[in-house]
Amino acid sequence: MADVRAPMRNFLDFEKPIAELEAKIEELRHLSSSGDLNIIDEVTKLQGKVDRELRQIYAKLSAWQKVQVARHPDRPHFTDYAKALLEDMTPLAGDRGFAEDAAIIGGLARFRGNSVVVIGTEKGADTASRVRHNFGMAHPEGYRKARRLMELAERFRLPIVTFVDTPGAYPGIGAEERGQAEAIARSIETCLSVHVPLLSVVIGEGGSGGAIALAAGNTVLMLEHAIYSVISPEGCASILWRRADQAQVAAEALRLTAQDLKKLGVIDRIVPEPLGGAHREPEKAVAAVGDALEAALNALRGIEGGVLRARRREKFLEIGQKGLA
Amino acid sequence: MNWITNYVRPKLQQLVRKTDVPDNLWTKCPKCEQMLYHRELESNLYVCPKCDHHLRLRAAKRLELLFDEATYETIEAPAEVLLDPLCFRDRKRYADRLKETQAATNVKDAIIVGEGRIGGLSAVVAVFDFEFMGGSMGMAVGDAFIAGARRAVETQASFLAISSSGGARMQEGILSLMQLPRTVIGVQEVKEAGLPYIAILADPTTGGVSASFAMLGDIQIAEPGAVIGFAGARVIEETIRQTLPDGFQRAEYLRDKGMLDLIVHRRELRNTLIRILRLIRNPLPSGQVVKIGDAGAWNAKRGRPGT
Repeated sequence: MADVRAPMRNFLDFEKPIAELEAKIEELRHLSSSGDLNIIDEVTKLQGKVDRELRQIYAKLSAWQKVQVARHPDRPHFTDYAKALLEDMTPLAGDRGFAEDAAIIGGLARFRGNSVVVIGTEKGADTASRVRHNFGMAHPEGYRKARRLMELAERFRLPIVTFVDTPGAYPGIGAEERGQAEAIARSIETCLSVHVPLLSVVIGEGGSGGAIALAAGNTVLMLEHAIYSVISPEGCASILWRRADQAQVAAEALRLTAQDLKKLGVIDRIVPEPLGGAHREPEKAVAAVGDALEAALNALRGIEGGVLRARRREKFLEIGQKGLA
Repeated sequence: MNWITNYVRPKLQQLVRKTDVPDNLWTKCPKCEQMLYHRELESNLYVCPKCDHHLRLRAAKRLELLFDEATYETIEAPAEVLLDPLCFRDRKRYADRLKETQAATNVKDAIIVGEGRIGGLSAVVAVFDFEFMGGSMGMAVGDAFIAGARRAVETQASFLAISSSGGARMQEGILSLMQLPRTVIGVQEVKEAGLPYIAILADPTTGGVSASFAMLGDIQIAEPGAVIGFAGARVIEETIRQTLPDGFQRAEYLRDKGMLDLIVHRRELRNTLIRILRLIRNPLPSGQVVKIGDAGAWNAKRGRPGT
């Protein structure tokens, strides 16, 4: 029998040909309850065609298409990674000053045998959870909680692993009044202060200050079709082009793909995604990130704390020496 | 000087800006719209004599106003940064925009770092120039900021940063975002050397600049009325679909919310800084200078062993 992937529900514009083929496959599957060999044969053929199409489309995604893939509703989110990769996950809540912010989840956990402090931005997967997690846009309390947890890691000499998937820090009255800028600045400062390994992985959207607040790490990984940018393409278009409909052009100009960021030395490693993107085979994507994180963690093992911190800072100071001529 | 030598030809920009007088002579206060004569404005440190509005200042001017005898040396980053690393183009090529802005503003980028004395105490001051692409922070700004911080460490000077910036420079994409951690590292090096770092927030201090070095001062000072915040007011309004409260993101509002130490009138800034720097750096009654980071003298005086 051909590969039985769950049927996709959310297709992106440029995935039209695949949507059509997969609809056909679905139809045939319904017909084939009797196990008709011809139909099974046809399904296998069509599945091969789907794979070829996917390979072609995903091998040369434009920056704007990657933006759509990175924001795909079926793409695995932080909680999917946490469920699959972490044992004994013990979420720890609150910033001890004002509130608990569910846009950033963090706590103690065991990752492939190692106790770690894990911190991640969570966008939510359905309407209720999206509202609860504020679509992954944290308030100052989220960054203050992150900072508190990083300090906890420092105290017990535990590695820190951060998962980044956020449109950015929340722009609101309360967020500003309670010091959004200061909270982000302190979170970055803490990332650059700790004497423990700090690994970050951009799994979806790396939105500006809200992303770097958690991603000033020793090793920064990025999924193949994730994006990481100083501003959203929409925001950039409305400021520099004065037209929101130039977002596609802005996406290209910003060079926000993992491939460009690797060339610029901003990220350390690209984690390949399953054929057709992480949203098609979330388990595979999650496992690939787990393996890459484990390798990165092992590479930092045994390095003295002061050296870890000095190297982390050195890495950021050196960024900017490579361009994309 | 007579009226002939004093006359300055209007620049092209002014024709576009529709001011009916050359702005070298007269400036309209952006707040109360009073026309202000340039000499009067200059003698009043570019603060509107009518409504006390603090106008934006060019970086070089700020350095002159702060240092003893208006004297300072500029500090440059050790190496030139890559020009237009992303080959960015919006409605104009970034490389061209940079060259035009350099020609129009007479500065290389949006920051000048000066080294000199303030009240006799050595200080390094990094000042943003809003005239240069809205004071936006890209690689050149980050590098100069770090060079300034390191110079402060090297000479055991205090480090001051005066921000006036819309945030990160979008035309440098992710590399501008990377100036957040990079400038934070500069601040950390100063602090870890036991030296004071004072952040002075001028109008405006927003986006990536507020979310990095500008909010990490040992002491946080702002100019009256300065807009300070992370997200732009328009973005917030569009997101929450509510009108913003009066004075939102202004220095006074932030101080009332507990985010700033002091709001200081430009006339008082230099004296305030001298007072603070002396309190921190000359802690003994005799006024004898103590090396910062060396608690020995103070402890010895109190009959404790030095550390």
